[in-house]
Amino acid sequence: MERPLTKDIKSDGSYLNIKEYEKAGGYAALRKVIKGMSPAEVQETVRASKLKGRGGAGFSTGMKWSFVPMGEDAPKTKYLICNADEMEPGTFKDRVLLEGNPHQLIEGMIIASYAIQANISYVFLRWAYREAARVIQKSLNEAYEAGYLGEKILGSGFSLHMHLHTGVGRYMCGEETALLNALEGKRATPRAKPPFPQVSGLYGKPTIVNNVETLCCVPHIINNGPQWFIGLSKSEDSGTKIYGVSGKVNRPGAWELPMGVTMGELIEEYAGGMKNGYKLKGALPGGASTDFLTTEHMNVKMDFNSVAAAGSRLGTGTMIVMDDATCPVGFVHNLQHFFAQESCGWCTPCREGLPWVEKILLSLENGGGKEEDIGLLEMHGQLLGPGNTFCALAPGAMEPLQSAIKYFKDDFVEHIKKRGCPYN
Amino acid sequence: MLTQSEIKEIDHEIGLVPYKKAALIESLKIVQKHRGWISNESVTEIADYLELSPAEVDSVATFYNLIFRKPVGKHMILLCDSVSCYVMGYQKIYRALNEKLKIKFGETTTDKRFTLLPNVCLGCCDRAPALMVDEDLYRDVTIEQLDQILEKYV
Amino acid sequence: MPKIFIDNTSYEVKAGKNVLEACLTLGFDLPYFCWHPAMGSVGACRQCAVKVYKDENDTSGKIIMSCMEGVRDGMHLSIDDKAAKAFREQVIEWLMTNHPHDCPVCDEGGSCHLQDMTVMTGHDYRRYDYKKRTYVNQYLGPFIHHEMNRCIQCYRCVRFYKDYAGGKDLNVFAAHNHVYFGREKDGTLESPFSGNLAEVCPTGVFTDKTLRQHYTRKWDLTSAPSVCQHCSVGCNTIAGERYGGLRNIVNRYNAEVNGYFLCDRGRFGYEFVNSENRITKPQVMHQAVDENALMHHLETVLTNHSLIGIGSPRASMESNFALLDLVGKENFFCGVYNEEMMLERRITDILDSGKIPVASLKQIEDADAVVILGEDIWNTAPMMALAVRQSVMKTGGREATEKTPMPEWHELAVKELQQNTKGFMVNVTVTETSLDEIASLNINAAPDDIARLGFAIANHIHPSLELKNFEEAVLAKAKTIADELLKCSNPVIITGTSCYNDPVLRAAFDIAAALKAAGKAPAIAFVVPECNSMGLAMMRGHAFDTAVRRVNREPNVTAVILEQDLYRNLPAGIVDEFLSKCRNIIVLDSLNNATTEKAHVLIPASTFAEGDGTLISYEGRAQRYYQVYVPDNKYIRESWKWLSRMKMIISGKANGHDPHHDSVISSLETALRQFAGISAAAPSSGFSIHGEQIPREPHRYSGRTAMLANRNVSEPKPVADGDSPLSFTMEGYQGTPPSSAIPFFWKPGWNSPQAVNKYQQEIGGDLIGGNPGVRLFVKSSGNMPEFFKDYPEHFRERQNKWLLLPQSHVFGSDELSVYSAGIAGRSPEPYMGLSPVDAKMLDVTEGSQVTIKSEKEEYSFPVKIVESLRNGIVLVSKGLPGTQGMSWGNWVELAK
Ligand SMILES: Cc1cc2nc3c(=O)[nH]c(=O)nc-3n(C[C@H](O)[C@H](O)[C@H](O)COP(=O)(O)O)c2cc1C
Ligand code: SF4
Ligand code: FES
Repeated sequence: MERPLTKDIKSDGSYLNIKEYEKAGGYAALRKVIKGMSPAEVQETVRASKLKGRGGAGFSTGMKWSFVPMGEDAPKTKYLICNADEMEPGTFKDRVLLEGNPHQLIEGMIIASYAIQANISYVFLRWAYREAARVIQKSLNEAYEAGYLGEKILGSGFSLHMHLHTGVGRYMCGEETALLNALEGKRATPRAKPPFPQVSGLYGKPTIVNNVETLCCVPHIINNGPQWFIGLSKSEDSGTKIYGVSGKVNRPGAWELPMGVTMGELIEEYAGGMKNGYKLKGALPGGASTDFLTTEHMNVKMDFNSVAAAGSRLGTGTMIVMDDATCPVGFVHNLQHFFAQESCGWCTPCREGLPWVEKILLSLENGGGKEEDIGLLEMHGQLLGPGNTFCALAPGAMEPLQSAIKYFKDDFVEHIKKRGCPYN
Repeated sequence: MLTQSEIKEIDHEIGLVPYKKAALIESLKIVQKHRGWISNESVTEIADYLELSPAEVDSVATFYNLIFRKPVGKHMILLCDSVSCYVMGYQKIYRALNEKLKIKFGETTTDKRFTLLPNVCLGCCDRAPALMVDEDLYRDVTIEQLDQILEKYV
Repeated sequence: MPKIFIDNTSYEVKAGKNVLEACLTLGFDLPYFCWHPAMGSVGACRQCAVKVYKDENDTSGKIIMSCMEGVRDGMHLSIDDKAAKAFREQVIEWLMTNHPHDCPVCDEGGSCHLQDMTVMTGHDYRRYDYKKRTYVNQYLGPFIHHEMNRCIQCYRCVRFYKDYAGGKDLNVFAAHNHVYFGREKDGTLESPFSGNLAEVCPTGVFTDKTLRQHYTRKWDLTSAPSVCQHCSVGCNTIAGERYGGLRNIVNRYNAEVNGYFLCDRGRFGYEFVNSENRITKPQVMHQAVDENALMHHLETVLTNHSLIGIGSPRASMESNFALLDLVGKENFFCGVYNEEMMLERRITDILDSGKIPVASLKQIEDADAVVILGEDIWNTAPMMALAVRQSVMKTGGREATEKTPMPEWHELAVKELQQNTKGFMVNVTVTETSLDEIASLNINAAPDDIARLGFAIANHIHPSLELKNFEEAVLAKAKTIADELLKCSNPVIITGTSCYNDPVLRAAFDIAAALKAAGKAPAIAFVVPECNSMGLAMMRGHAFDTAVRRVNREPNVTAVILEQDLYRNLPAGIVDEFLSKCRNIIVLDSLNNATTEKAHVLIPASTFAEGDGTLISYEGRAQRYYQVYVPDNKYIRESWKWLSRMKMIISGKANGHDPHHDSVISSLETALRQFAGISAAAPSSGFSIHGEQIPREPHRYSGRTAMLANRNVSEPKPVADGDSPLSFTMEGYQGTPPSSAIPFFWKPGWNSPQAVNKYQQEIGGDLIGGNPGVRLFVKSSGNMPEFFKDYPEHFRERQNKWLLLPQSHVFGSDELSVYSAGIAGRSPEPYMGLSPVDAKMLDVTEGSQVTIKSEKEEYSFPVKIVESLRNGIVLVSKGLPGTQGMSWGNWVELAK
């Protein structure tokens, strides 16, 4: 089983420095691109690999890049941004890549920049990833020194400057257009789409925002070709995926596996099954803003389409397991508290709806639940859907809520009947 | 007045962006790094330096949860209160910190040594519960370890 | 024209609009909050949801925000769709979760957009029963009251204050449902456009603090369409009264003039009407008299004396004309000096020639380049400055969206594409101004040099005159500007009288003429000092100098002085001399001032609130204001009524009836041809619709049987208004009145100012029936040179002499508005501006007292050092106490 993204990551926790990375074959893809490929060829290769974005939405990376204006008429300045804001609760996959093998990301970013002819690039890193910040900064310095970054990279006509930007909090910064506002020194409220960042992004210039994991795939696709990448997978979606499991399992963690392992395999095999005395009640397959899957879904393949067919989303691919001793209402309350607090405050349904939901859930937990509450929660689940709100934060928030009501309605009813949380 | 070293760092950031205003968040970070928090005076000083109005600066400063517009303690405890840590029982850690430091979320110890804040998912859900003190991350935290952890920060 | 289907009926709509605008234009009631016709769409409130279908076979459709989607030919929409309706209702419930539901004690109640939208969506029961979040309010100064708990977070306030008007001290703070709209800390809102917050905010967060001090519900106001009296722009207003006092001024939409907004001087300057300083009784020799005694006295002073009249730049056309009619053309003078009069004559000559059209505010907004020569319009014509700001921003937006097409209404997207791109605007002024920050180029120079630069620009555009002795630097600047102007198609040139410099006016004309010769469509705007300066100038009376010579020559003169304080505009020595030579002095005015003190006969004149009149704005736009209410005090009448009565006395018909407004206007039209057409500014008094008049009071007006019961238990018969088609009652025509006679905006379901939607032909466009006012400069007399070629010499400093120029202030420089406490409080202390070099030379520092000596007067002010000022000029704050009668534009001496 191949693990291109993580195979070189050291077990002692220290990062792979430039020497070690080069020794493991690092920057070969960059040389290959710089020496012998046109930007169009790079784009075509990535498109052919069927790489889908690993940031949550699963949009085709090649396609996204193809929207960037190219050629003589295109704006002189373009940007490539790595979204390393990983703040989605339950998600810890990018951290593995950032701390373990920063040069892989940097190489991917240089190649991606080349593909769209961007000349400025940023890693937008959340503040809390201090270790990642240290190693990325070191690696950037190393890469500049080695001539992989800066003017006329490897003697070619291509120049690229790359900066590390650390945030000052707010989950919202992970939304790609809010991220652009944050980078511009503004409040991180999302922007209207269209215009898409590919056309009008950072400072109004064409900009690509990609997830850490997405960009880390790029050097390998260049090195080994699209077919190889497609072959890595067990399913329709190509490549490997860094899956994770957290919660009361025996071996919580993150593993790079072929795209399309099943939910059962992940929990039972890789995470070592539920901890003694706990049963699986449900799981969010890819972070806080995905719908619950339950024991009936153990055979669902963890790829974009299969998870969608099961009524959820692959999201970030990091699963949060909810055991039978954890109250689903409390669990969802915790999530809604998070979302309500992280709402940017721009649009009404999100700003006003989420705190209401949070309050209802808390009152259920505290014994103040009323008959109508479930209806009100369902109403929010429906009306905070995509298109009704300005961005995807609130619709994401509704996924675990509405699926919790669907699968664990008895628990909600019980809270009302018992006038309190039966799990306490 | 911004200090020489603050100005030097801010100037560096200004050099990296197309116009001064875009260095606002960086400037807030820099001043906070030096002063611990962003006072009204700091807001005005940054505004003057970046040719913005204090309202514009404060609009941004108050949006972000890691820019502190009130004085904070010498050390910052960020306890993850997101879902995996919830499942793994961060509440117990919180209660223990409560008792030890006599502060709730959002409060600072009377000796100004610690401020305790909740923080969204720290990205180590596989090693929950987790917390950070200043720049140091602690995972798989147990109540028993707390004293040992806190001791390091005087 | 795209055809769209709304609930299966097809409609033709205008291309390029968004769905919300299209629906509102078609007359549908679709709720919204964050969208504003002047500020575009941002998609924040999510209130305007409708369903859109792929095609006629699609039955499920999807919810969209109508303000964020452009109309497309063949589009299928539903407003009535159940899901869309449910969503709209839900949005209100969400907004209401934290709203205090304090309508009964809220100033906005009854004219609240949030109330209207709540009713419109059908939301009537709030299921949220948790604790509400609450906020601390802020002190925001004398004009605006703050009540944050009522906020529905539509972001309109910041978008207006900051983005639209360029204000710096209001913003949004914090995040999620803690967002807060206000200042960084308590304090007076700095922008002179802050009052618009009260109208832009759809609920009671920002309300008119002056109204609060004598609060009346909107439905209890007696209102009339009015015109602002505080500068030459002529913004359309609505003035409201209750219990014999003026209560507030709000915007009256006019697409060509002020659109949706007003400046704070205009909105809050109305308190002079209620002022303690009003003249309430006729006086003869400082003794109050009754009407009989007055008439008797007038008979003696009017007959057997030769009469002269001094016309007023702040009195109506009717009053000025009635004066002219009383004294005769040759005896009609203006209260300004010859030099100033020549400036105004120059302006009317240029405009009268019709060579270059005059720019309305709307045209300024739409201009693709603006050149300002010598006028600090931020302070002399604030709403014009706001229009210039829009031109700069919109042009920048258009440039930015050339490559990535984006409809203009898509505010968020346009802003992102635009970044810092701005349209071309050159601000050439004596000293720095508040518009500088958005200008492409700022130049500060002495008036003559401003003119020279103007001529040089004109020359670069169209080499028509030889330029001798021009500095290279000036030529280079002129070339840059000319080159930019040649890239534009409809530039506007703005100038005015503030420099007291004729060449500046000529240079402005030359630039416009050159642009026209170059195939462009330029327009020009001349700012003049007061609300009817243009009208008075068009009357072509003689200058005051002539009047002084006349009284010196002729002993037995009775002077009738109309609504003005001569001591404000003319040196006290000269006014003293003039008055001392007059045998009789009759003064008509509304407020006591230095001139009224000298009156032998003092007659109380109505203000705009108690009378009818017509003003002519800088545009040459004649606009009618209507009497708002009948004052208790029967002596308070329009000057034109008093003057007509005087005329009757002379012609021996002392017991005749007062003339009607219509007849005054038609005599004006016959007597002075330049005013032909002015009667079309408003419907005549006989105008009625289905035999009904237009009520000044809404049909919900309350308490009318009770409000006067302390005097008489039977309700008095309403006073008939013989001068207008408006009635002083709540009965009458309930439909849409003619556009120039709209006393208030109200339609069923629309109680807030947003009801204006229903009065427009197209949302954000012209009023139904056309925008109010007639523009009088349309004819071409043709006797205007192709270019003025005579440029002045380079400005030279003089030994021990300084050129005295005014510095205007939005708050303080206007005579009447300072009688409002708020405005007075915001006026600066009088000062004298000097360049740093001059200050050094005089050995004075900031704050030192320096004396200005002119021919006859001496004034003393503290010094303010103005970096941007040229040496050789002294700047004095205009109109503030102690600055009256200064000889602007003259050379004065300075002494420590
Ligand atoms: C509220 C919100 C938060 C998000 N946070 C992240 C994040 O932390 N990291 C990330 O890569 N994408 C995040 N996304 C998704 C991004 O908007 C964007 O789709 C992604 O960065 C694109 O990268 P990809 O195409 O490589 O997946 C978030 C989206 C939303 C709506
Ligand atoms: S204060 Fe008024 S205008 Fe501002 S966001 Fe709130 S409701 Fe909107
Ligand atoms: S009016 Fe359309 S979203 Fe606010």
